[in-house]
Amino acid sequence: MASTDTATGTLERHGLSDDQLRAIFRNMLLQRQLDNRGFQLNRQGKVPFALGSEGHEALQAGAAMAFNRGSDILAPYYRDLGLCLGIGLTAYEIMLSIFARAPDHNGGRQFPNHYSSKAAGLMSFSSILAAHLPHAVGAAYAIKYRGEKGRAVLATCGDGTTSEGEWHETMNFAAVHKLPFVMLVENNEWAISTPLEKQMAEPQIWKRAAGYGMPGRRFNGFDPIATFAAVKEAMDRAREGGGPTLIEGTCYRYLAHSTDDNDMTYRTREVVMERRKQDPVPAFEALLVEHGVLTAQDVAQMRKDVLRDTNEATDAAEAQPYPTPADLYLHVHEGAWQPWQS
Amino acid sequence: MAVVSANTTVMNNVEAVRATLYDALKSDERVCILGEDVGARGNVFLITKDFVGEFGERRIIDTPIAEASIVGIAVGMAMEGLRPVAEIQFADFIYPSFNQIVGEAAKIRYRSNGEYTCPMVIRTPYGGGVRGALSHSVSIEALFYHVPGLKIVAPSFPADVKGLLNTAIDDPDPVMFLEHKKTYRLIKGEVPNGHYTIPLGKANVLKEGTQLSVVSYGLYVHWALEAARQLEGEGISVEVIDLRSIRPMDKTAILQSVEKTRKLLIIHEDNKFGGIGAEISAMVAEEALFHLDAPIRRLCGPDVPAMGYALPLEEEFMSSPAEMADAMREMVKF
Amino acid sequence: MKQSAERRAGSFERHGLTDEQLVAIFRTMLMQRTLENRGFQLNRQGKIPFASASEGHEAVQAGAAMAFARGKDILVPYYRDLGLALGIGVTPYEVLLSLFARAADHSAGRQFPHHYASRNLGLHTISSVIAAQLPHAVGAAYAMTYRGERGRAVLTTFGDGATSEGEWHESLNFAAVHKLPVVFLCENNEWAISTPLAKQMGQPDVHKRAAGYGMPGSVVDGMDPVACYAAVREAFERARSGGGPTLVEAKCYRFLAHTTDDDDRTYRSREEVERRRKEDPLPCFERLLVERTIVSAEAMAALKRSVLEEVNDATDRAEAMAYPLADDLYERVYAEAWRPWL
Repeated sequence: MASTDTATGTLERHGLSDDQLRAIFRNMLLQRQLDNRGFQLNRQGKVPFALGSEGHEALQAGAAMAFNRGSDILAPYYRDLGLCLGIGLTAYEIMLSIFARAPDHNGGRQFPNHYSSKAAGLMSFSSILAAHLPHAVGAAYAIKYRGEKGRAVLATCGDGTTSEGEWHETMNFAAVHKLPFVMLVENNEWAISTPLEKQMAEPQIWKRAAGYGMPGRRFNGFDPIATFAAVKEAMDRAREGGGPTLIEGTCYRYLAHSTDDNDMTYRTREVVMERRKQDPVPAFEALLVEHGVLTAQDVAQMRKDVLRDTNEATDAAEAQPYPTPADLYLHVHEGAWQPWQS
Repeated sequence: MAVVSANTTVMNNVEAVRATLYDALKSDERVCILGEDVGARGNVFLITKDFVGEFGERRIIDTPIAEASIVGIAVGMAMEGLRPVAEIQFADFIYPSFNQIVGEAAKIRYRSNGEYTCPMVIRTPYGGGVRGALSHSVSIEALFYHVPGLKIVAPSFPADVKGLLNTAIDDPDPVMFLEHKKTYRLIKGEVPNGHYTIPLGKANVLKEGTQLSVVSYGLYVHWALEAARQLEGEGISVEVIDLRSIRPMDKTAILQSVEKTRKLLIIHEDNKFGGIGAEISAMVAEEALFHLDAPIRRLCGPDVPAMGYALPLEEEFMSSPAEMADAMREMVKF
Repeated sequence: MKQSAERRAGSFERHGLTDEQLVAIFRTMLMQRTLENRGFQLNRQGKIPFASASEGHEAVQAGAAMAFARGKDILVPYYRDLGLALGIGVTPYEVLLSLFARAADHSAGRQFPHHYASRNLGLHTISSVIAAQLPHAVGAAYAMTYRGERGRAVLTTFGDGATSEGEWHESLNFAAVHKLPVVFLCENNEWAISTPLAKQMGQPDVHKRAAGYGMPGSVVDGMDPVACYAAVREAFERARSGGGPTLVEAKCYRFLAHTTDDDDRTYRSREEVERRRKEDPLPCFERLLVERTIVSAEAMAALKRSVLEEVNDATDRAEAMAYPLADDLYERVYAEAWRPWL
């Protein structure tokens, strides 16, 4: 991991306090625990679908630490559990989404992992790749339009989404208008079954930035501190009127695309096991223990806490009612709605 | 797949699509498949499973996630002599390619006065009842059936899947081939061996009856048939017509049936306002109004953007065989 | 930019072009301008409802067309490509049929003027929808690769405005992934109707986007037909020999309004246009040919006369042709006779 200064042996923490480092690690643990819970519930037949972000934990927890709650806006995609936790969503809210219960933010309408929270600045998004990116740029335009200083929009997507026309249109418009916008690509090398080399001829996505006339950079997305530093630099530039940035975090998708996918049809167990050696969760744990930010005891306690939170959230969410059939007809438009008016 | 006789094989709809594509790839070098995850993954429903191993990456093309160009590239291939079968992974993902379908593919022949043509197929799974939520459940047929230059097929039975997909691939113009994903594994049936085609625009009378005509397509054909058979036990005789093809549509079959039963119930999953049923109703009103003994009725999806993920929301959106039976009883009593 | 400095300094690199080819290029340029003037005249006379022009694009189009191998390559152009169409074999008579929308036109009077198509010439039918042709070009190139056809390539063209479209991005990306035989030629005339380059993109050099797609990019003085020929030929040779796609950017200028329906005085000054007129490629190239005695003054005068006569003759012949019949509206919607209800 790149976060240790090799010359001095000290932790390159980019200004992060011990508490912040611990919060990042806790987020990573909770993320993995909740992902596992979703898959367990699916196997138990309790939920029809689950999707995990294993391998993205460091990237998401680090990026979330660079997000200013109550000020910035997040436009994520559906593999962003850690980011959503990191900006303030609770385990209970996640479980409500997985169980599709009535108190869920979207009333049980959307797939799991499709969160939204107006209060948290988390924009509603669909399953359609890249569809959220023009919205993110529109939100950034609104910030600039109203002359709001110090705010920015953080938008995320996977490598697969960079092939969509809307991705291109978004980047171009953000650059033309120098919008307070950060495009964070979580490059996990797989678009469901399609490997990077079948998606693009140039595997370094950040290199496209120059063509749009905006800065671009790449960082190790397995390193939460390096991620934080890269995202913070870009967000600060955006907040200060310096325009958009394309940043690419390299990571890996350890699990299949979703519970409906079998990744062994298109990649080997060996490849995945090899990449597992880079797993950011044990690596960051070791780093924090090595530098005395956490003791082994702290880690054990944190794991216990995270499991307890997850269990409690599971039980509390499962006990909630489904939406009613009548809810299907609400919020189509403002007010009651019939296509034929009398 | 089980062979039940020398002349037929029992398949589900996934197997029927797969077998037909396989035969097309085998018999026609011009046929290629492009779409998301159609290669090693073999399509998310395993429709193209093992194709890339046999036919190679040249013919089974894993595209980047870019639907506008999946269709647009297929247009260019078709203009230059290939017979592409473009796949949109879920119908819900088709919107970015709207321009290439409606603005380009549908108009290539017309705008070049026939010098260039666009013989291609766009396959996509549609429809709900699978806990697919807002973005894996939609019906798209009404958005496209308004468009001259397109043909649209929506088969319900494996034998029709094969015959109509063969026709679609052979067709000299762009054909949208809609596969209801709930029927993929639910519906099995005997499929004749060997190559055959079924013409577009020919409906199929699945069950003859005298008191009510029910017109439907897709998943609901099966449920309407179930309801109609149940009503036989109550002494109610319902005729069930599977449209199979939405554009062109079979006027003769509908009018013959309505002139016999004098009552028409149209059932579809897509929402009612501006749906396929609206066109059928208007046509029957224009052509056979005085044969009718009751107002035409449409049993359709509600006027909401999509079915929600939570079970009660999906169940509320979908019509059940029991609801269909109720509607049929009311129509017959009228 | 390649060659333009040399051109201005007085040296002349002809890139293997014979005198006859150089004169043919000039004749195409002159024909293009004369035909376009004719379109505007006919519009002012009330004889045709619409005309558009490519003044300022003559050099790039005539030069690029000289690199096109007739009977082999495929051209997928946009609607401001009269010179390219002429250069690959479309006749003035065919152009006038298009302007007059006569039955004998390739589209039988269905399409707007300058939306040519000719299966025999390998000229794809043109859409008015910006960037819609690019996926078709890529599909056509895929068909060539698919059949293992050596020595063929597709030339597709577009203005700077088209580079903002999602389909532009998707097309370049796919062509690069599959190393397809395509030449992407951007005729950058700095204006998307009324939108100047600075409002279209964050940096003004379209060719710089090539690196992000993993393909070579080049830029050329679009007012220099010989340099354009050389740049397009180089890209064609790469494509025909299996070296994959290239993005070529030719910097030119749109001297006229977008179309007869546009008034460019509403969005740019006369001074700007007059200043740029000094670069007009027609007098520049004419001077060069005469100064270097490739064409004598007498031959030049004769050439101009012959072009005008040909245009006059084509105008009279096309105007005398019949309109399509009203019944033609219903033809060629599909291969067979057609009604939606069967």
